[in-house]
Amino acid sequence: MENIKHIFKKEYKAYFVSPIAYIVISVFLIIVGWLFFSTFFLDRQASLTRLFTLLPITFAFIIPAVTMRLFSEEINIGSYELLHTLPVSNQEIIIGKFLAAVAFVGVMMSPTIVYALSTAFLGELDWGPVIGGYLGAILLGAAFSAIGLMASSLTRNQVVAFIISMAICFSLTLMMDFVLFFLPNSIVGFFQYLSANFHFQNIAKGMVDSRDLLYFFSVIFLSLYGTGLILQEKR
Amino acid sequence: MINIENLTKYYGGLCAVDHVSFEIKKGEILGLLGPNGAGKTTIYRILTGYLSPTSGTIKVENDNINEHLIKIKKRIGYLPEEAPIYHEMLVYDYLDFVADLRGVNKLDKNAHLHELADLCSLNEVMHKTIDELSKGYRQRVGIAHALMGNPEILVLDEPTAGLDPNQIAETREIIRRIGKEKTIVFSTHILSEAEATCDRVVIIDEGKIVADDTIDTLRKELNEQSFEIIFRKLTKGN
Repeated sequence: MENIKHIFKKEYKAYFVSPIAYIVISVFLIIVGWLFFSTFFLDRQASLTRLFTLLPITFAFIIPAVTMRLFSEEINIGSYELLHTLPVSNQEIIIGKFLAAVAFVGVMMSPTIVYALSTAFLGELDWGPVIGGYLGAILLGAAFSAIGLMASSLTRNQVVAFIISMAICFSLTLMMDFVLFFLPNSIVGFFQYLSANFHFQNIAKGMVDSRDLLYFFSVIFLSLYGTGLILQEKR
Repeated sequence: MINIENLTKYYGGLCAVDHVSFEIKKGEILGLLGPNGAGKTTIYRILTGYLSPTSGTIKVENDNINEHLIKIKKRIGYLPEEAPIYHEMLVYDYLDFVADLRGVNKLDKNAHLHELADLCSLNEVMHKTIDELSKGYRQRVGIAHALMGNPEILVLDEPTAGLDPNQIAETREIIRRIGKEKTIVFSTHILSEAEATCDRVVIIDEGKIVADDTIDTLRKELNEQSFEIIFRKLTKGN
């Protein structure tokens, strides 16, 4: 437990000493702000639905940029050798890094609370979906972070890590919209269940269902477990 | 203290270490010598838990490395060949991080950091990022990393490579000072350095052991005074 805390602290700090963090946060806020406000006054509705509808797509390419360096950089410059010969286990390293990425996603999301507050000021805001939306955003962010972490452990090249995790996150997001047109009704449910967007939208409606939670926790667990296997295989 | 038994490591089809067995006694300074690519670094990496052996095993006082890896890691301080460290971190933050992971007690941590900074002459650079340091200072940070938490065993992979003569002398002095109470395995290409510091040498070539003895015994056996010629004979340097 102690070690997880130390790894977390180091990784979290590392985000903010390099310019990447500020660039990623700025890009995220610009895109989200534009997507949200471009139709906000046309809709004439006091709700954050627009923000959360497009969040999975935005996350699908922003979060890989957040997680790409976590292992790739260390493997590339060789510091992974130093880290790995210290008395820490693989699991502690993985969980520490994962939590740091999730915390970063939280920080990245936090300025958008201003949108909720200003919307509430303009009209009657229903807080249920807003709270659900943020809960879903954290779960979705955590799931994508875990996927990004796994991609990062695969390669020493950060760009490759970015592309792999973006491809996976995009597929999971678009699963609902595209695949469904081409498939017979009998298996649509199955693919829908695999879609991160589907589960996220359920939670963002304000209904927290155990099936959706289970989905996100499974993705997180499987990805982190996969990361462990990949790192073990590298030894 | 450390028993290496039949250690073998394959990288794909390439055999880097081939059934190597030797022992490191407590309190001894052992020189692991050999030409580049002989397999020294691979042995270190297995000993420090970075790589796992294809077959064979390492025991540290009856603890098998396959079962008690974390326990063994706690007892070993490691300086890799090119101390490649986190570039953006401050030296102080880095050493603090290593101290935390090595389980240095919170109350003793500050005193221990100061002690190591004094020993490795790092006081002027504690608040610089590792990026800004010269090769010599980086190596000293690496040595401080290896000494953190007072491990009983030190594994130093070419601690003096790439340093200028003054820095080599300083580094050797540090090793000598700390070597009195520790078990040390180290490698070097400077044979006079090995002669001056090692109690015993193990020479490997192409993944196999070609000699395991004191330098004096090797001299007698091969009837040759110059250690350099002995080394070249054993490792087919001609």
